Amino acid sequence: MTGAARMVTSAERLRRLLALVPYVASRKAVSLAETAATFGMTERELIDDLNLAWCVELKDPDPYCPIDLSYEGGEIVISQAESIERPLRLAADEASALLVALRTLQGVGGGAVGGAGGTSGKRENGTGDAGEPPSPVESVILKLENAAAGVAVNRSQVAVVPPADEHGWAQLLRTALAEGRRVHLRHYVQGRDEVTERDVDPMRLLVAEGRTYLEGWCRRAEGVRLFRLDRVLDLSILDVAAEVPDDAEPVDVDAGLFRPSPDDIVVVLEVSAAARWVAEYYLPESVAEVDGGWLRVTLRTPDTGMVRRLALRLGDDVRVVSPAALVTEVREAATAALALYDLHE
Amino acid sequence: MSKRRTERLLSIVVLLLSTRRYLTAEEIRRAVIGYPDQDEAFKRMFERDKDELRELGIPLEMRPVSPLDDEQGYRIPRQDYELPEIHLTADEAAVLGIAARVWRSAELSGAAAGAVLKLKAAGLAPDREGQGDDGAGQVPGIEPRLTTQEPAFGPLWEAVRDRRPVAFSYRAAGRTDATRRTVEPWGVVNRRGHWYVAGHDRGRDDTRVFKMSRIDGPVKMAGPTGSVTVPAGADVSELVKDWGAMSAGPRRQAQLRVRAGAGHGLRRAGAQVAPDPGHPGWDQVTVEFSGEKWYADYVASFGADVVVVGPPDLRESVIARLKGVLS
Repeated sequence: MTGAARMVTSAERLRRLLALVPYVASRKAVSLAETAATFGMTERELIDDLNLAWCVELKDPDPYCPIDLSYEGGEIVISQAESIERPLRLAADEASALLVALRTLQGVGGGAVGGAGGTSGKRENGTGDAGEPPSPVESVILKLENAAAGVAVNRSQVAVVPPADEHGWAQLLRTALAEGRRVHLRHYVQGRDEVTERDVDPMRLLVAEGRTYLEGWCRRAEGVRLFRLDRVLDLSILDVAAEVPDDAEPVDVDAGLFRPSPDDIVVVLEVSAAARWVAEYYLPESVAEVDGGWLRVTLRTPDTGMVRRLALRLGDDVRVVSPAALVTEVREAATAALALYDLHE
Repeated sequence: MSKRRTERLLSIVVLLLSTRRYLTAEEIRRAVIGYPDQDEAFKRMFERDKDELRELGIPLEMRPVSPLDDEQGYRIPRQDYELPEIHLTADEAAVLGIAARVWRSAELSGAAAGAVLKLKAAGLAPDREGQGDDGAGQVPGIEPRLTTQEPAFGPLWEAVRDRRPVAFSYRAAGRTDATRRTVEPWGVVNRRGHWYVAGHDRGRDDTRVFKMSRIDGPVKMAGPTGSVTVPAGADVSELVKDWGAMSAGPRRQAQLRVRAGAGHGLRRAGAQVAPDPGHPGWDQVTVEFSGEKWYADYVASFGADVVVVGPPDLRESVIARLKGVLS
């Protein structure tokens, strides 16, 4: 959240006030600091809002002030909130955005999230047996669907297909997380066509861009690493407690999973109409139309091996423009591969 | 200025929520501080205030004050205004904290955060996730993220929500020319990180799935709210899954010769691997594949680490790819 410099329209401020007043009114007393944090504002902004609410005055038939409050000693008390002591019902987009998020969480197996901090050893995938009480995700979805009856989008209007967990790695990792244990994994690195083995102390599972990742402290690299679960070849839970260092920084997912680094190599490719998917798939830096439906794609990569593989699979649907060393590398790789066919003919 | 306006709007909400009868514009003007004396200016300002309240989702009811008079009165019915009773446990509150971070699109994450604030304002106990940004890290679990990079997503979300038909230009896979489509959207689906819209294509008179990243230019509304009827039993997730599966085809076997210690991608997913007695330093690998074109692309990407022994069509396709690189 940014500080006082942020512009707030009168509508946004009214929306906030209509939540702020009931928030405080429903609690006997609540601190300025906690309230400001909840609403993502500074204490100064919060005090401005409280003063505004307190100043509201109706003058006819008799003048009166409908809202009475104080915030002495850092504690807010609202003694009178009149007709706005309950929050405004959820708008269609509010209810829909939150419900789609919750259903997505449920779909990826978040049924166990939050329950007793995830330490109860529950391993259900969110569906649960008939006899079991619903998980917090399920029960909150039901409550929200009731509260937003008629305005929120339903499951068939907005749907998120969860990534497949073919080998059950996600399930196994939820257990490891719940029990706080280290895992051993064999992992395929596609860019280098390599298999590596590591011990990892799991931190959390992430689902982004339609794939599931394990985020964990890699003992071999001594750093936080992400592992794509659909490239895990084997995984086992070790009889060792996970030890994630206190200063292990979780990946800032919201800034993008893979950010280009200044050391990356800039690659320019031209792809045909049949290979336009490259521009969708690799999050290029820039894309420009060229003649005949071809696209010129500029991307950054830490490893030209990935681009060499891409060029080999695209055949005559791609032209590598630069760097020159990569143009040579691709031609040599294709020549060497074709030579094998002659040998084995 | 904006502060005055907020004060005035808040006063109107309090006033119209507490009144039992419908109040005329004149009565509202007398009770609320901040309206101008000049009649025309008041009218304009009052119209804008009403629009703003409605945009926030405040149910402003309007009705003639008496059957003999056509002057309008206003009121906010409390049962339509208030969030229904909802009590959340601490565990449920923690889940909400994770859910509020799922959307990475500014608009929907704002909407989700707004919903969470209202739920907290309904009297929820202070919860663990409210303790700071690292709250989620303390709850072992799984955190999904949804991105909406496709410019078409916003208008299509609205069209689906409001059940309105849409028109857009669409460039089908491998085509350079776009065609104009008018679609009754049934739903939007995210699969493998990409958004799709499924519905009835009026021009084709059939069910169609569209990948949003292939929509060219703006999406325009092509009919009024509520004019799309979603057929009972339509399952947009299944439609999108089927659309993805069309390219697959039947499963077949391929015999490969793979350099020892390399081609790891080819050895995955149930491949049978044995050393090749006729070619030291190479393994014989038997794998199942579906979709000859896709698999030939994939095999070619391994370059000189693999040779296709059979079937012949796969072998020819891989050779053609490699020759294409040199052409």
